Amino acid sequence: MRERDDEWTGLMRSAIAGDSAAYHRLLRAVTPVLRAAARRGLARAGQPVDQSEDIVQDILLAVHLKRHTWDASAPFAPWLFAIARNKLIDALRRRGRRIFVDIDDFAEVLPGETPVETVSASEVAAQLQSLPARQRDVLQSIAVDSASIKETAAKFSMTEGAVRVALHRALASLTAKLREQ
Amino acid sequence: MDTDQLIRTLAADNGHRDRPVGFTLMLALLAAAPVSLLMFFTELGVRPDVMTAMRNPFFDLKFAVTLALAISAMAVCLHLSRPEATLRGFGWLLLIPAGILTAGIGGEMMMPQRLPMMTRLVGNNSRICMTAIPLLSLPILAGALIGLRRGATARPAVAGAIAGLASAGLAATLYAAHCTDDSPLFVATWYTVATALVTAIGALAGAKLLKF
Repeated sequence: MRERDDEWTGLMRSAIAGDSAAYHRLLRAVTPVLRAAARRGLARAGQPVDQSEDIVQDILLAVHLKRHTWDASAPFAPWLFAIARNKLIDALRRRGRRIFVDIDDFAEVLPGETPVETVSASEVAAQLQSLPARQRDVLQSIAVDSASIKETAAKFSMTEGAVRVALHRALASLTAKLREQ
Repeated sequence: MDTDQLIRTLAADNGHRDRPVGFTLMLALLAAAPVSLLMFFTELGVRPDVMTAMRNPFFDLKFAVTLALAISAMAVCLHLSRPEATLRGFGWLLLIPAGILTAGIGGEMMMPQRLPMMTRLVGNNSRICMTAIPLLSLPILAGALIGLRRGATARPAVAGAIAGLASAGLAATLYAAHCTDDSPLFVATWYTVATALVTAIGALAGAKLLKF
C-alpha cells in the first residue's frame, strides 16, 4: 500500500512537470481502485453496481480539472481519495440515497478486488452531444479515434494551440454539465 | 465513451494546468476591491477628525481586529480550497481577532470613562454599521467566491462562510475609518452582527458555488 502510494506520488510529480505518459500511467493505475470503491459504495446504498463507471469517469474528470489543488510536497493518495469520496457521495445523493462514505473504502482496496475490465459509461457520452460542434469534434477525434493533437489539428485545419484550447474547454464544460444534471 | 478513452483524452490535455488557487483568489480580490473602495469613498468617506482619532488607541484597535479577521479568515478559506483539508489545526486562527477584541474590551474597562458602558455599546452609528459593512463586503465576497471556485473544497458551505468572514473583515476595515464609535464594546456588538450576516450569506452562496 505504501509502495503504491509512493509510486502514485512520483507519477503525479512527473505529470505536473509535463510528462503526459506518466500522467496516463497514473490515471490507469488509480482507475481500478476508484472502480472498486465506487462499486462498494453503490452496493452499500442498494444501487446497481453497473453504474460504477459513470462515477469513475466523474472522479477522473474532477481529478484532472482540480489537480492544481494538489500540493506537490504532499502524498497524492489522500488528495485523490478526498476528491473521489466527494464525488461518490454526490453521485449517491443524486441517486436519492444519503450514505456515509468512509475514506477507508478507498485506502483499503486490495489488488485482488479490483476488476480490470472497462465498462462503457452513459453519462459522459450523453453530455458529449450537447457540446458545441467544434469541441465535440476535437474531443471525439482524440478520445474515440485515438488521434493525437497534431493529427486532430491537421484533420480540422486548426492550429495545435486551438485544438488544445478546444479540448480543455470540452472537458471543462463536460464536467460542468455532469455537475448540473 | 469508455474509461480508457477518457483517460487517453485527459492525458492529452496534460499540458493545460490552472494557476494555484491563491493566485486566482488574489486576482479576483484585486478586481473586486476597487468596487468596495468606490462605494466607500462616494457614500461614506473617512471621518473628518481622523488625524486626532489616530492618537486614540481604540480607534487603531478597530483596524487590528478587522485586519486580523480578514487575514486569518482568508488564510483558512485558502487552506480549505484543497479537498483533503479540514479545519483542524487552522480553525484557531479565527480566534486571533476575537482575542484582540477581548483584550481591547478589558483595556477599556480598566480606564476611566466619560460615558457609561451601555452608551458606549449602543453608540451612534449602529444602524449604518449594520448596513454599510454587509454592502461593502458584497463585491469582495463575490470576488472571493469566484477565486475559490478554482479550488476543490470538500466543505462548500464552511468555505463559503469563512470567505464571508474574510470579506466582512475587509469591509469593516474600510468602515472603521468612517465610524466615530471607537469603543471595543461597540465593535464587539455591531461589527459582529454585521459580520454574522455576511458569514451567513457566504455559507449559502458557498454551498451552491463552491461545489466541484
